[in-house]
Amino acid sequence: MNYRTFAAFVGPSVFMMLLFIAFPLISVFKQSFYVTQPIYETVEKETCTPGFLTQTCVTEMVSQPKLDEHGEVITQTQYVGLQSYRNVLEPERAWRAISDGSWHVLSTINFWKALRFTLTFTLITLPLVVGCGLGIAILINNAARSIRGPVIFVSLLPFIITPVIGVLSINWLFRGDGILTAMMEWWLNRDIALFAQAWTIELLMMLYRVWHVAPFAAIVFYAGLQTVNQDSLESAVIDGATRWQRLKYIVIPHLMPLIIFVSMIHLMDSYRVFEEIVGFSSQGYVISLQWLTFDYLTPDQAGNRSISRASANSMLTMIGVVILLILPLRRTWRDHKGGH
Amino acid sequence: MKLKTILMAGAMSIAATGAWADCAFENYVPLKSLSAGFEAWKAVTDAMAECGNFSASLDQEFREKQPEAFAADPALYQIGGVSNATLVPLLNAGTIRPLDDLVEKYGQDLLPNQLIKVDGKTMAIAMMVNAQHLMYRDDVLAELGIEEPKTYDDVLAAAAKIKEAGVMDYPIGGTFKTGWNLGQEFVNMYLGEGGSFFGDGNMPAINNEQGVAALETLKAMTEYMDPEYLVSDSTYVQQQFQQGKIAMANLWASRAAAMNDEAESQVVGKVTMAAAPMGSAAPATTIWWDGIVLASNMSDEEADAAFRVALEGMDSEMVSANNDVAVWLSPAYSAGALAAGAAASAEAGAKAYPASGPMGIMHTALGNGLADYLTGAKDAQTTLADIEADYITAAKEAGLISN
Repeated sequence: MNYRTFAAFVGPSVFMMLLFIAFPLISVFKQSFYVTQPIYETVEKETCTPGFLTQTCVTEMVSQPKLDEHGEVITQTQYVGLQSYRNVLEPERAWRAISDGSWHVLSTINFWKALRFTLTFTLITLPLVVGCGLGIAILINNAARSIRGPVIFVSLLPFIITPVIGVLSINWLFRGDGILTAMMEWWLNRDIALFAQAWTIELLMMLYRVWHVAPFAAIVFYAGLQTVNQDSLESAVIDGATRWQRLKYIVIPHLMPLIIFVSMIHLMDSYRVFEEIVGFSSQGYVISLQWLTFDYLTPDQAGNRSISRASANSMLTMIGVVILLILPLRRTWRDHKGGH
Repeated sequence: MKLKTILMAGAMSIAATGAWADCAFENYVPLKSLSAGFEAWKAVTDAMAECGNFSASLDQEFREKQPEAFAADPALYQIGGVSNATLVPLLNAGTIRPLDDLVEKYGQDLLPNQLIKVDGKTMAIAMMVNAQHLMYRDDVLAELGIEEPKTYDDVLAAAAKIKEAGVMDYPIGGTFKTGWNLGQEFVNMYLGEGGSFFGDGNMPAINNEQGVAALETLKAMTEYMDPEYLVSDSTYVQQQFQQGKIAMANLWASRAAAMNDEAESQVVGKVTMAAAPMGSAAPATTIWWDGIVLASNMSDEEADAAFRVALEGMDSEMVSANNDVAVWLSPAYSAGALAAGAAASAEAGAKAYPASGPMGIMHTALGNGLADYLTGAKDAQTTLADIEADYITAAKEAGLISN
């Protein structure tokens, strides 16, 4: 392919990637080093609010932003260096907690609390997703050809459901006296409150994530199973290999690149865990890094947002994803190099 | 041609079916409003729509959209629905107009009480007030010979009795959902103890005896609440009441009507509205109002029309048709048993919610930080100190505290 044709093919997508991925990223990166804030002045103001029969008026000193002649709020943007990162990470408090050996205190600092959950969530769901995915794929592959279609459809269903809806339905099934909680209570004959402590909520979240993502892994593995060398399988059978040995020595090594691919996608996705927190409204017990960014961005009643801390936190989240991906990427890269 | 005829016919039939039936005038200026989406707003905007050429957005995310929408020129919405807290960002950005001339021209029927004045200028027209106050199951308390609880000690004692008698496992309900709701609970308690949130220069001042007392009361209540209290919001508490699972809660006046809704409630007529329990200084609650504002960025003619439509929305006809939906500020409102709690709280000296820029940040910091105390992860002093630290970081970033 000559250069012009290549450029014409690749050009649009490079442009889109620059516009929608690179530029926003650079802008967020820049914002994390600056703080933009209105300039406040303190004035005495009388405010009257309705009581039941008469008005109550109070006069007090209030801070209000200065407006310019067009009625726009005057803002100033300041370079603050790593201050926003410090505000997110709270290194002094974290260090004090670590040097006291107090894990407990560390886990009450927002960022570290979120990091702890995000990492546990990611690392525990990873093997479960790969395992369940492989299991479902083998199940589909062994199903009779006549029922294979329906089986694929049913096993793909969880993946099709919109994440927020999925989370909410799990929430409603288990919350308070939800159907499943009520059933468990009847069965175990004791009162169960699944949303009253952190670990049960975390367990439900992981359960949901595995249920949701395993079909994706399954469909990828199923595709891979179609290309397993049948001759090797047959000769293994002749050599008297058990089902387990065939799986371990032929199928899994064959699927390895796909397993790494699925793991990488899953690491990236689950490190950005968010829907579960919102859907379970678990902020009181469990928060994730992505939720923290969202929380910084949400304006309060008076309209204040923490854009700089949100930017810093999302940069930190991205760095986390990159670190997590280094291991599987190194492996792929080595395999790739070895293959040539 | 044919399509046009059909459209015309459609338009005519809407006009003929009395779209302007109950409005005093016909409105020809296209108008839009953006407000919260609870029952009272639905009643008000429906009444506004009777004047024609009006469309309403009832949006739970109005808080995030309003400042931007009003800052646009021309403003994307002419009429805004606000409460005392959501008025602050609009006021700060200077995107709403003073209404004095319009009030003089059209506002003869308004109560002086309804005019929200900032520095002598009328900036908003209030239509209703709202407050959290004690609701309790009359039958349950009477059966056990418990008097109406006046303080939180009474509430806790009553809860202990109900639990002991085996009537209910969790007699108290509470809007303790982490975030805004939980923050609001602390604000109630803290003001009830007579605390103030800020010192000089917007510095926080909650780490004190009153703060600790407020926290301890909250924690004492959780022992009589469903253990999943950190996910329970107003709707959840309302349902707990309706299903007869709880006997007492400090709940919003705007939820009172739901207790007697025969379609949903199993406790019709059994819930009494009483004043919010007293703290050591004042009732542990805050008074809120909801009302309308008009955008600055529109022509005076539009503002004129918008104001008349807005008044039409909160006129006496609407109030008498929806009397129990809210505690209306209108001469036509007849305060029934459902409003008794809010009125009694106000009479006992409940304070207005201290809305301001710093308070917005404080409320968020409280909402996020309090759960650690209730779950036992931190003690009271550490919790309050951490919330103050959290507040200072955010307030510095917002420019409210100088470095």
